[in-house]
Amino acid sequence: MSWVGRNIPRLEDPVLVRGDGRFVADLAIGAHSVRFVRSQVASGRILEIRKPPGALVVTGEDLGDVRPIVPRLNRFNYAAIEQPVLPRDRVRYVGQAIVAVVAATPEAAEDLADSVEITIEPDAPLVDAEAALTGAPIHPQAQDNVVVDGRLRTPGCDAAFAGADCLVEIAIRSRRQNATPLEARGGHAAYDRATRRIVLSASTQMPHLLRTGIADTLGIPETDLQVIAPDVGGGFGQKMGLYPELIVLVWLARAKRGRFAWIEDRQENLIASAHSRDQRHRLRGAFDKDGTLRALDVDVLSNIGAFSCYPTTCGVEPLMAMTEYPGPYKLSEYGARARGVATNTCPMAPYRGVSRPVITFALERLMDRAARQLGLDPVEIRRRNLVDAFPYRTVTGLTLDEASYREALDQAVARVDLPAFRRRQTAARAEGRYLGVGLAVFNERTGYGSPAFAARGMEITPGYERVDIAMSPSGDVEARIGASPHGQGLRTTLSQIIADELGIDMARVRIIHGDTDRTPYGWGTFASRSLVLSGGASKLAAAQLADRLRQGAAALLQSTPDKIVLGGGRATVAETQASVALDEIARAVHHGPVALTEALGRDLSAFAIYDPAGTFSNACHVAVVEVDVETGAVRIERYIVVEDAGRLINPMIVDGQIAGGIAQGIANALYEEIVYDDDGNILTATLADYLVPTMAEIPPVEIHHLATLTGASVTQAKGVGEGGAIGAPAAIVNAICDALAPFGIELYEIPATPERIRALLRAREPR
Amino acid sequence: MTTMKIGFTVNGSATTVEVEPRRSLADTLRDQCGLTGTHLGCEHGVCGACTVIVDGDPVRACLMFAVQADGAAIRTVEGLADGERLHPLQQAFWEHHGLQCGFCTPGFLMLATWLLERDETLDLATLRHVLSSNLCRCTGYQNIIQAVTAAARAMGKWSDG
Amino acid sequence: MKPAAFLYLAPRSRDEALDAIAAHGDDGKVLAGGQSLVPAMNFRLARPGVLIDINRVPDLSTVARDGASLRIGALSRHARFERPVTDGALGALLPEVARHIAHTPIRMRGTFGGSLAHADPASEWCALALALNATIVAEGKSGTRTIAAADFFQSIFTTALKPDELLTEIRLPWLDASWRCGFAEYSRRVGDFALAMAVVALRLEHGVIRAASIALGGVGATPLPAASAARLLLGASPSDALLAEAGAAAAREVDPQGDIHATATYRRELVGAMTRRALRQALAA
Repeated sequence: MSWVGRNIPRLEDPVLVRGDGRFVADLAIGAHSVRFVRSQVASGRILEIRKPPGALVVTGEDLGDVRPIVPRLNRFNYAAIEQPVLPRDRVRYVGQAIVAVVAATPEAAEDLADSVEITIEPDAPLVDAEAALTGAPIHPQAQDNVVVDGRLRTPGCDAAFAGADCLVEIAIRSRRQNATPLEARGGHAAYDRATRRIVLSASTQMPHLLRTGIADTLGIPETDLQVIAPDVGGGFGQKMGLYPELIVLVWLARAKRGRFAWIEDRQENLIASAHSRDQRHRLRGAFDKDGTLRALDVDVLSNIGAFSCYPTTCGVEPLMAMTEYPGPYKLSEYGARARGVATNTCPMAPYRGVSRPVITFALERLMDRAARQLGLDPVEIRRRNLVDAFPYRTVTGLTLDEASYREALDQAVARVDLPAFRRRQTAARAEGRYLGVGLAVFNERTGYGSPAFAARGMEITPGYERVDIAMSPSGDVEARIGASPHGQGLRTTLSQIIADELGIDMARVRIIHGDTDRTPYGWGTFASRSLVLSGGASKLAAAQLADRLRQGAAALLQSTPDKIVLGGGRATVAETQASVALDEIARAVHHGPVALTEALGRDLSAFAIYDPAGTFSNACHVAVVEVDVETGAVRIERYIVVEDAGRLINPMIVDGQIAGGIAQGIANALYEEIVYDDDGNILTATLADYLVPTMAEIPPVEIHHLATLTGASVTQAKGVGEGGAIGAPAAIVNAICDALAPFGIELYEIPATPERIRALLRAREPR
Repeated sequence: MTTMKIGFTVNGSATTVEVEPRRSLADTLRDQCGLTGTHLGCEHGVCGACTVIVDGDPVRACLMFAVQADGAAIRTVEGLADGERLHPLQQAFWEHHGLQCGFCTPGFLMLATWLLERDETLDLATLRHVLSSNLCRCTGYQNIIQAVTAAARAMGKWSDG
Repeated sequence: MKPAAFLYLAPRSRDEALDAIAAHGDDGKVLAGGQSLVPAMNFRLARPGVLIDINRVPDLSTVARDGASLRIGALSRHARFERPVTDGALGALLPEVARHIAHTPIRMRGTFGGSLAHADPASEWCALALALNATIVAEGKSGTRTIAAADFFQSIFTTALKPDELLTEIRLPWLDASWRCGFAEYSRRVGDFALAMAVVALRLEHGVIRAASIALGGVGATPLPAASAARLLLGASPSDALLAEAGAAAAREVDPQGDIHATATYRRELVGAMTRRALRQALAA
């Protein structure tokens, strides 16, 4: 009886449904409250900070020789801009933390923060990325505000464009997003008198990296710091950062030898945490008459805000776009330029899908546009161009492993029943109702190890994952992982993998994560990686432990390891059915008078490091929408996904990730937008203005699975966390354009708000 | 810092606390009563993570001062389970994967508890209308709907409407 | 997002409440449902020195028909109106409007009187009060007076209430079966503040409109009457063309501000659409 592949209800849930989860705010009760006084000005020189007398107030001056945060890339003309933990000389975005104040309660801390007077001489901020290209430098290291600039061009690209039957050019705009995890950021740093160390509990996706980063900036040994990610209320990439606030907390705990907590509020989070996907793309596609894509030329401009995020650097958005643009399509001629431009806005951090929702949106709009221009069926033009022979080496050097790009498209299209839909659509139009159907086909790069990160030239090269596994004398198994789940159900899925490998009950497995003192160095949870990488490492480590158990069993049963099978919590000699419980082996190894064998010794532990090249999952999304032409409102009538994530360890959890990703994708497509005014003030600083969709806005999603099992992943699972967010904007906007085809509307901006839709319709209306 | 002494019952137990008038009911339950299951997601009444039941009504604990709850009967997520036995809603959320990070979950559970304790049966339209009060960032909502539907059926409160 | 400190008073009688309100004037703020005030305080946009919690004042939440009017106690919670509190056209209109106000938990606490006193331009009850020519009862130490809805809403978050007055009752004219009412609003998400709303009340005799009142919300500093649109309807028989004309007239009557949620042009379009939809709903009743 196998655990893998079953919808096991999560081990995490009994605690969480009781409200017994421990999020950082729950741990912070009783600690000194820290509040940050933040800049009200987007750009300016700090002239004076007047500290209220008698209060504990920390400025950049007080931090002394604490280093700035400087992530680095060794390629792509990266300018190593520096982020001070607390600025001394100038502020660079509204919301930038300038001063930290400490009080006994959060209310008092806020009173104290209100009384700090900071005099800033403002200067003209640069808010828009294009304007910043010709504006005054925000950082001395990047005189033209271009922090990263990547280019590539295949030799035959220009010729392919010159000889093309049909050129299609579009420009798209992706508006700024905030990942908006329901639990905002926060940290609690405590000085431990007994060990003279600091314990930082933080709502983070990357405890080990946070530890390294904080230790580096403070100039302290990493061993002086323990970082714990307790229960984390969502991350989506926003909690991958090395945030000045967390560094200040540790600094305070060390300096004052006490407990200090900062619990971010929603307004701070909307204004000053991290933003994403503020991008402009221009695309040119060279197509044959039959729809074959001969060449693609893209220009990506990413507004990365005032500073560069750690550890990926701000290159993460533009460079991922450049590398992954061709997606699932065959392409041999490609030119790209991708720039990250600094502005006086909140810094960028990667957000679920990073740039892929935008490139998928752009490329899928290009496909639809090309289909229209060439008089081809939008499904056919995609089929013609989809990769169908594997492995496929992309023009940017990625290897696409076995997948089901065409199959997913075909199945999704079959499920929506296009001919029937077209009949409904025609009938509806006669009644003045506008229905539309839209597609998105894409692949998702997942579970990639250090080779991929190394190609980016990051100074810190994440990627591998290590799992340490051990069986205790009583036969229970503990696995320590470097990934850091925050809703993905990793405790459950890894237990399934390990239990299968050892032939034991899942309940005997305990996964330990999130605590840098108790887990091997790892990179955290992001980039749709944890199941593939930690899952792979778990499987490999468990296999090694299984070998050791077979050795022990062989010794106890007078047999040889190759004749022994593990199952039902026992080790059995297949031929004779003689067996011994694993618990007995464990006792014998740990407590027995002699080692069972010399090789086995006293050791029922193993570890594995998994560092693969990565694997690509894929999906096709189909959205059916109705557009209310009076108001511009879009209602999603139906949403279909056919996706291929290889082997599903826990299908219920996979579906949950897809559904959650789609909800954020719908939000990105229709609702969410961070808006700045020309002075760099945020106008969307509440949840009444930044529109996270409710249940009423999100339709049920029909999810269907294909399963291409490849050797690119040791568990045969592919990552799936971001796919939902990647496909939705493209599918929905394509559907809107299909609905409004009678009006000749072409939409190239997300979110496609009712206002924007009405503006396009208004332009077409007879005066 | 002037404080006031107030008393209320939480999950059936009488409690007295001394709080500043400006301290919210949510912060009081968390900090003074040690009941940290009620979470704060926005503090302006939009996300619903702080939903508790006060004198039989679902309310946003971030929009109520503790001093307003003097004499009230308050129910939080910690009062749903009966020892080891989970409330049907908690059981259903678990079985139907109605949570991922778990931060919004207590708010949904309290709102749904109120919904399922009303006299009338529940149908899908009412479920969506009421539960659209609360935000979830992880699940995409569908499994929450399945979970509440399943619990309603288990409690004899479902109507196919 | 914790509020600034305040002195908290919880009067137990109407007199005590009025004394407190008179004593603290502009530094005092009445706390009813708190669903608008407390968020403002959490953002520190509102920093009253004194909060006067009237929730324990008795006899402020009676809802009863009194001859030609429906008398609504100021502390009546929005949720109360989700089920019919009376019959006739008014009885049908109130639940239709109530279920559009925010979300269930907000409706449990928020009050009818609080909505009017707060005077958010996008408040549903404010638009309804204007459309139906409601009367607002204000009590102070110096006495009680009534204020017509048309005089009550002065500007954004500003009413005719004096600093020492408490809004205690709202009287809506009871509408019999010859009336047809309708309501429509447009918001980005279910439960959001409306970008535009219309409340309409029509009286028909033998298929001809004999009386019409239209109020628009969310498109000005206060709820606004769509007077010329209403006039257009008088003496006419309903038709699609008439509704389209009325919607267009209503849209011309407003001069909305643009903001991040809607430009002025778009808001005007929404006014036209919501007016038409409210009229259609009224006529289908």
